[in-house]
Amino acid sequence: MFLEVLISVQKVIGETKKAFLTGNEAIVWGCLAAEAEIMFGYPITPQNEIMHYWTRLAPEYGKGFLQTEDEISAGFTVCGAIQGGIKAFTATAGPGNVLMQEPFGMAEAMRLPVFAVIQQRGGPSSGTVIYSQQEVSLTAFGGNGEGHRIVYSTATHQELYDYTIKGFNTAWKYRFPTFLLGDGYQAKMREPLELYEPSERGIEIIKPHALIGVEGYISEGREPQHLRNIYSMEEELYDVVLGFEAEYNSIKNDIIEYSEFQCEDAELIIISHGVVSRAAEDAVTALRSQGVKAGSFRPITLRPFPREQLLNIIGKSNAKKILIAESALGQLERIVKNEIYGQTLPIETLFMPGVGIIDYDIMQKVKSIL
Amino acid sequence: MVAPATPKSWYLPSKPHKFCPGCGHGIVLKALGETIDELDIQDKTIFGCDIGCSLLAWDFLACDSTQTHHGRTTPVMVGIKRARPELITIGYMGDGGGYSIGSQHLLNAAVRNEKVTLILVNNTNYGMTGGQMAPTTLPGQKTETSPYGRDPDLTGYPTRGPEFISELTPEGAYVARATVSKYKQLRRFLRNALRNQIEGNGFSFVEVLSTCPTNWRTNAQQTWHFLEDEMEQYFAVGELKSPFGRGDK
Amino acid sequence: MALIRIALAGEGGQGVQSVAEIIAEAAYNEKKQTIYIPNFGLEQRGGVSIAFIQVSDTRIGAPKFNKADVVLALSERAIARTSAYSDENTLFVYDSSFKIDPDELPRQVKRIIALPAIDTANSELHPRVFNIIIMGAVIGLTNVVGFDSAKEALENKLGYKFESNPELRTLNYKALEIGKELAIKSLQEGVFNHA
Repeated sequence: MFLEVLISVQKVIGETKKAFLTGNEAIVWGCLAAEAEIMFGYPITPQNEIMHYWTRLAPEYGKGFLQTEDEISAGFTVCGAIQGGIKAFTATAGPGNVLMQEPFGMAEAMRLPVFAVIQQRGGPSSGTVIYSQQEVSLTAFGGNGEGHRIVYSTATHQELYDYTIKGFNTAWKYRFPTFLLGDGYQAKMREPLELYEPSERGIEIIKPHALIGVEGYISEGREPQHLRNIYSMEEELYDVVLGFEAEYNSIKNDIIEYSEFQCEDAELIIISHGVVSRAAEDAVTALRSQGVKAGSFRPITLRPFPREQLLNIIGKSNAKKILIAESALGQLERIVKNEIYGQTLPIETLFMPGVGIIDYDIMQKVKSIL
Repeated sequence: MVAPATPKSWYLPSKPHKFCPGCGHGIVLKALGETIDELDIQDKTIFGCDIGCSLLAWDFLACDSTQTHHGRTTPVMVGIKRARPELITIGYMGDGGGYSIGSQHLLNAAVRNEKVTLILVNNTNYGMTGGQMAPTTLPGQKTETSPYGRDPDLTGYPTRGPEFISELTPEGAYVARATVSKYKQLRRFLRNALRNQIEGNGFSFVEVLSTCPTNWRTNAQQTWHFLEDEMEQYFAVGELKSPFGRGDK
Repeated sequence: MALIRIALAGEGGQGVQSVAEIIAEAAYNEKKQTIYIPNFGLEQRGGVSIAFIQVSDTRIGAPKFNKADVVLALSERAIARTSAYSDENTLFVYDSSFKIDPDELPRQVKRIIALPAIDTANSELHPRVFNIIIMGAVIGLTNVVGFDSAKEALENKLGYKFESNPELRTLNYKALEIGKELAIKSLQEGVFNHA
């Protein structure tokens, strides 16, 4: 029985292979490679295919699935399964993400290793089923908590695969709800990527552990586990929340990721995340060939935000202006401004809520502000 | 007279408990504790409570327990059971958490015949928040949000939960309504409900009619009167569905 | 009138919040500035119940405060919870029937006063009006509102109960009176002081 499990885990990917997949499918392979065991979900575009692929592969790999009655239930069943010590996950978008803030809030309060994929679509409300970057505030700071969450914003299918594996590990290691923030473009488009066994790249898959139904027998003296998320007095809650903050701050440096392109001597730094960063990098290359010294900064973790790193890069560059480009009306800008408070460079913005941004859009904007 | 023994599955450090004097929760949890002991499932029981007076039971039992959110106890128990089928999951909630905000989850878990046991303590009001009208408030009953008495034309008639749940569930489910005024029967129904989960037959659900003198603003006599002469007349006590054969009423 | 800060604490169900509301309403009726804010735990009965009352002639700022002019602890548990609100200007009042370790009383305090409110309620009046005796004591200790204003506010809040049972009115007024007298007497007698 144990040997079968061992073999089946190894058989998931086996040898490293190149593949040409949609983003949703790449994510499913990432979940399998990360040894996820059960998915709870509810239909909403553009993440439905994650459920479709998962349910088709599930029998072969002995995985579980339940389509719940709504996203609230999907979120809470994930929480319950995680409390029981099983790697559970979910995926959602738009209004579903709104509903899931309630269970994600419980996960924040009870430090549950929830991993969830968010495929952003147009908002508010039903918006579009296509694409946006309008769920940044919601994913990073949603619910009635303090944003003690980890958010990875991916830009390529390789990253969808890589950060799914990393996302599960981060969640189970640090026990802050962890999100892969994708979008409808990434979900639906096809792109080449490499699927690999994590162990082949020195990545150890962190094993799950239970919070209730733990080892040992209460009847033989094991202390019963009583998990709570409500307190009687203000002071009790204060201590708990500050405790989370202290822990969150202590692990930031282990988690923060970013990338920068040609910022060293840049006179203008373009800040963007997710797929928009691809256009930003293309724009930088084109602008440079036209004699404009542009650079691009991309936070990969929106939470925790690479604040020191960005301040450092701005400081070392020749930047006289910053341009923030996003497919939203300032959700990234709000975070950036908060994080680099004290910086006095003028900040320009290119806001295209719910609309894809291409290099041309960025270049036009740059020309208008230089 | 010999005092009844404290159930082994009660957690002594959290006693005396925090429920109001005259609250039925104490009776239900006594019956539950004794049943857990009798069935010897303390070590594999997971106890989940809702938000509302039931949350005061979060550290009541010497079993692994978790608070959840209002109306979300059912899906959390479903998640735990699906992850760890060997555990016995008991969801504990009130009439608000079960029939109002949580009704969506309750009836879908019933339809799917989820192998969880849900205990719904019905005291016809939202107790912890100060006595607002609930799905099971009786016609004419005064509450904080029906200060002139519940008007069925405006707000419908009280929810008869076990009735609709037994219609929704397939064979293998156990559905009953008990009352804190009939303790032995309550014990029997809880035993059957848990047996149903232990044997893997399907969904089990027990509504328990209970008392709330604090928000009913009744004295002891009035409290028992409201329970036995009004609530038990409206909400039929007995087993509605049972794989163990139709029990007595 | 300078700002007066009163902290009342007891168990849920003792009537701490009712008393605080009545005092605040009486102050409002006297056209004073007043803020009352409750602070309690989850349970409907039992558990923590603290009331913060402020009365002044001028606008009052934050609803909570660190140190009170008068602290009244209506249960043994409340003493530990409210000691923090006491400093060298505070009158700390508790019931003389409480069995407590002297260490539990606040060290920083102007005066500690033990009132036989519970005994008086039980023997001369009715256990239910214990909180009204305390209300009388608050007035006797601070003159935060006039006695008549207090009676009027009490009538407004509980008048509907007095309609069906006029004896209750007499009982409550008597409790108020007795509470005030107990307080004045204790101030004059100079009860033991921990300072």
